[in-house]
Amino acid sequence: MGFDTAYEAISEEEEEDPGHRWAYGTGFTDPLAGVDTSVPDGVDGADLATYCLMLGDDALIMSHRLQQWLARAPELEEETALANIALDLLGQARLLLSRAGAADGTGRGEDDYAFGRPEREFRNVRLAEIADADFAGLVARLLVFSTWRLALLARLRDLRDPVLAAVAAKGVSEITYHRDYAAQWAIRLAGGTEYSRGRMQAALAAVAPLCAELFTATGAERRLAAAGVAADPAALRPEFDAVIGQVMSAAGMTWPDRPGLAGVAGQAGRDGVHTEAMGYLLAELQSVARAHPGATW
Amino acid sequence: MVSVLALAREIAESVPDPELPMLTLADLGILREIRAEGTRVVVSLTPTYSGCPAMREMQQDVARRLTAAGLEAEVRTVLSPPWSSDWITGEGRRKLAAAGIAPPQPAPRRGAGPVPLTLAPVRRDLACPRCGAEGALQTAAFSATACKALYRCAACGEPFEYIKEI
Repeated sequence: MGFDTAYEAISEEEEEDPGHRWAYGTGFTDPLAGVDTSVPDGVDGADLATYCLMLGDDALIMSHRLQQWLARAPELEEETALANIALDLLGQARLLLSRAGAADGTGRGEDDYAFGRPEREFRNVRLAEIADADFAGLVARLLVFSTWRLALLARLRDLRDPVLAAVAAKGVSEITYHRDYAAQWAIRLAGGTEYSRGRMQAALAAVAPLCAELFTATGAERRLAAAGVAADPAALRPEFDAVIGQVMSAAGMTWPDRPGLAGVAGQAGRDGVHTEAMGYLLAELQSVARAHPGATW
Repeated sequence: MVSVLALAREIAESVPDPELPMLTLADLGILREIRAEGTRVVVSLTPTYSGCPAMREMQQDVARRLTAAGLEAEVRTVLSPPWSSDWITGEGRRKLAAAGIAPPQPAPRRGAGPVPLTLAPVRRDLACPRCGAEGALQTAAFSATACKALYRCAACGEPFEYIKEI
């Protein structure tokens, strides 16, 4: 590149448009610029927006938890892996939140949803928001999350909303790598020392109660599934069980049988009812945007 | 209009990728279409990965260069079909190898059923871009960017990056 340092490379100014160089942008553009975002016939725009928020919030909140591992990962290779997985999910979140703003007719952008909503309006499953007790905890959560999301997005590819189908098709090839990463680490920790195996088993026990929620449909999901736009969450269970079974068998472990984590009056993450961890997570995620409303950098 | 389109194509195709500046957008296969709509030139780009942070820069770069050439330009995003590493051109592959990055092997052709799980690091017969020896070992499934994995040559011991098939 002809620069002595990476810093010099990104800070060098070009005479015709100083400061245009990447990493020095000022605000983000619409990730769906030029994409036809009209709502398919017979589909309720508000339901479609809610569904996009569910899938987008899952990715956004999981991405944020992964980002918290940066500078804390056990090895540099794991750090780059987690950063890249977080980036893939953040990209999926940007597309889905933008799709929500186009579908509900409010024209809200990705930032309005990510930084402007209170906790009660976030639609992510509680699995995404839980803080990881240790690296095994992260591996268990990522294994469950990516196994479930891969099964979900693979079905959306063939459904009726062309934007969701396109976002899902891109996501499938990305999450295939995420799932392999988590599965291989689960097997390595299980086959390591007695200590690492014990930590992995404890991590599975911690994550197991968060699984029932993944396969429970909300009203919006049921209506959209009937309209051919959403996947029925309950239909994902057999594939999920088969993949987790394959990993458990290779790891020589058994999946812990735990009852699902209770909600509040039958409501859980998809209804905006979260665990205690969520408030702390959002306080961090939204702190800059709330301290400096409308700021660009 | 044909000559205007040819000019627009020449300009858009030569825009470099900000993360892999040895490659152009044409080499990467992310330039999906250039067409005329009235007096405007419409350029369609597709992102490599959903989170590709270079996408916005590439869009702005294309628009800026076309405008500087006196053309009325619009840059659009297309998401479908999803980008595949198979779309990297032969020229792109040569440039990658020359820069010490192993080019991608063919992407898996998958049917409609569940995506198969891979429980061990993927074995790929890669030629070391430095010494040409085969038998490199994967040291990490991700590298400085999501699109790459890290390998180490078993012969010369040098680490190198590989563009993952997707």
